[in-house]
Amino acid sequence: MAVKDYIRERFFPHLWCPGCGHGIVLNGMLTAVEELGLSKNEIVMVSGIGCSSRISGYVDFHTLHTIHGRALSFASGIKMSRPELNLIIPMGDGDALAIGGNHFIHAARRNIDLTAIVMNNRIYGMTGGQFSPLSGSGIKASTAPYTTIDHDFDIMELAKSAGATFAARTTTFHIKEITSIIKKAILHEGFSVIEIMSQCPTYFGKKNKLGNAFEMMELFKKNTCKIGSDRKLKNKNLIERGIFIQKELPEYTNEYSKMVKNAMGKKNER
Amino acid sequence: MKKNTVFVQGNEACVLGALYAELDLFAGYPITPSTEIAELLSERLPQEGKYFMQMEDEIASICAIIGASLTGSKVMTATSGPGFSLMQEALGYAVMAEIPCVIVNVQRGGPSTGNPTHVSQGDVNQARWGTHGDHSIITMTASNHQDVFSVTVDAFNLAETYRTPVILLFDEVIGHMREKLILPEKDEIKLIKRLKTEVAEGVDFRPYLPRDDGRIPMADFGGVHRHNVTGLFHDMWGFPSNNPKIVDGLIHHLVDKINNNINTIAKVKEFHIDDARTIFISYGASARTARHVVENRRSRGERVGLLELITLWPFPSHIIREKCRKARFVIVVEMNFGQILKEVKACIDEPEKVFLANRVDGVLITVQDIRKILRIVQGKGI
Repeated sequence: MAVKDYIRERFFPHLWCPGCGHGIVLNGMLTAVEELGLSKNEIVMVSGIGCSSRISGYVDFHTLHTIHGRALSFASGIKMSRPELNLIIPMGDGDALAIGGNHFIHAARRNIDLTAIVMNNRIYGMTGGQFSPLSGSGIKASTAPYTTIDHDFDIMELAKSAGATFAARTTTFHIKEITSIIKKAILHEGFSVIEIMSQCPTYFGKKNKLGNAFEMMELFKKNTCKIGSDRKLKNKNLIERGIFIQKELPEYTNEYSKMVKNAMGKKNER
Repeated sequence: MKKNTVFVQGNEACVLGALYAELDLFAGYPITPSTEIAELLSERLPQEGKYFMQMEDEIASICAIIGASLTGSKVMTATSGPGFSLMQEALGYAVMAEIPCVIVNVQRGGPSTGNPTHVSQGDVNQARWGTHGDHSIITMTASNHQDVFSVTVDAFNLAETYRTPVILLFDEVIGHMREKLILPEKDEIKLIKRLKTEVAEGVDFRPYLPRDDGRIPMADFGGVHRHNVTGLFHDMWGFPSNNPKIVDGLIHHLVDKINNNINTIAKVKEFHIDDARTIFISYGASARTARHVVENRRSRGERVGLLELITLWPFPSHIIREKCRKARFVIVVEMNFGQILKEVKACIDEPEKVFLANRVDGVLITVQDIRKILRIVQGKGI
């Protein structure tokens, strides 16, 4: 099947601004699904609220467009009751880590088999460019006319300490990396987190004078390097890309099935 | 027929009702005075090969059950005041997306942390209007364990029939009190199953298209019909729309599907109503006290009666108006500042004959509390 066969053409054109990185994420993700040969019926996409979360409307899977910050909670209920389904949860940075931060760390802690994609454009786009927990300090935003004083999260560090068993980062400049990482994340049994740095030329770029979409994507190329690259030794400020965590630990729904066997055995003993 | 009699807490009666109704998945978070529901289900559900989840908060709990319901599961969560407050946004989501689920609120004193281990009926209006926006909702309560069991089964049936969240509003003293419960035999109470679509694979499936009887068939996530579910106003395919005609049609549908079926949904129990000159209207734990007063006075020949509300929302106005027409006095007995009193005054022909007997200090309303009001109302002095 072609990528086109995975979308709901009726709902195009999409609502993202010209130059937005989210369409690149959509393309990379659908290519991953195609290359894995997954059936559309076995994929459930759950999203929250924000620019990124509109992605669920455009794909021809079972799709659930929920409330702000809670996509992982809805997804946990679905995965629990139907463990054989593949759950993909695209979220924005504010959605996943501000209002949804609690659910993010607990889904990671449980190691429930969900594929969480954080489309990180460091801004609240849908509401007009307010700063997010990923903006970092010194950033201009519509709620930070004097620049931000908040520090940001490192999503990889957060995912690691919360217990995620797969965590990776890439950018919209690195489209092939997006596909290869999402493929690995979907195949990974356990909670996986993919941070995809995405450009918002409309708000983040404009307010911080980073240029147009192409120039912002050039910055992703310039300011990032592969994990373990020599470039990092020369420039400590480079943001690393690649797989940060990939380990095997008992997965939540598998452990639950074992518990059920145990509980049913105990019931029959009586 | 052999009956199975047990001696249980009200919270356990709710659990047994939910299991009878074939609950598939429960998600919850510990909170007094509802915690026993989660504790008991954490033991029972795995034994049945079903699902129990302890979540990180009440928001995650209600979201998890809504997600699970979309796979065809019967789902429930249980909480109390502060947790119920946290659930309000997702409750509105279930209203908008028409997702069957049952939410139990074993009420405690509020606002805020309030009076966690004491009785209150202060969440009646929150159940009705807690989530934002115009909507309708089904809320039921019970005064004894037999009714707790049966309204719990009813809640699952109504959730499936009308594709809606249903709220069970119990009282702390009912949840924690132990009392006899006779368990019905299997099939003694009819269970409503999930209505699933008969649309064949490959044929255009519209997840929000009602049948002639008004019920809307569903397709499970993971099945052959891939569809979109959203909290935005949406068309019959489930796709977002702000077309005024679609918005108007949907919001009317959400309200009408419940309000137009009030005769089927609403349940009120009557005690000595036919010739009653003084009618008490009460519900939950308060109705136990009111019933005691009524039976006592009846034995002395006084023409008093009780209307016990099982359904709080949609408010059974038509029944109340009809039954209270000939009464001289109507006394609403409840443990709040008159949340049902206002509804009764609004629906009755002579609102000036309606009075309130209440208590809001965390103590179960007593016979003396009611007697005091009755004396004042009847002009017998304080």
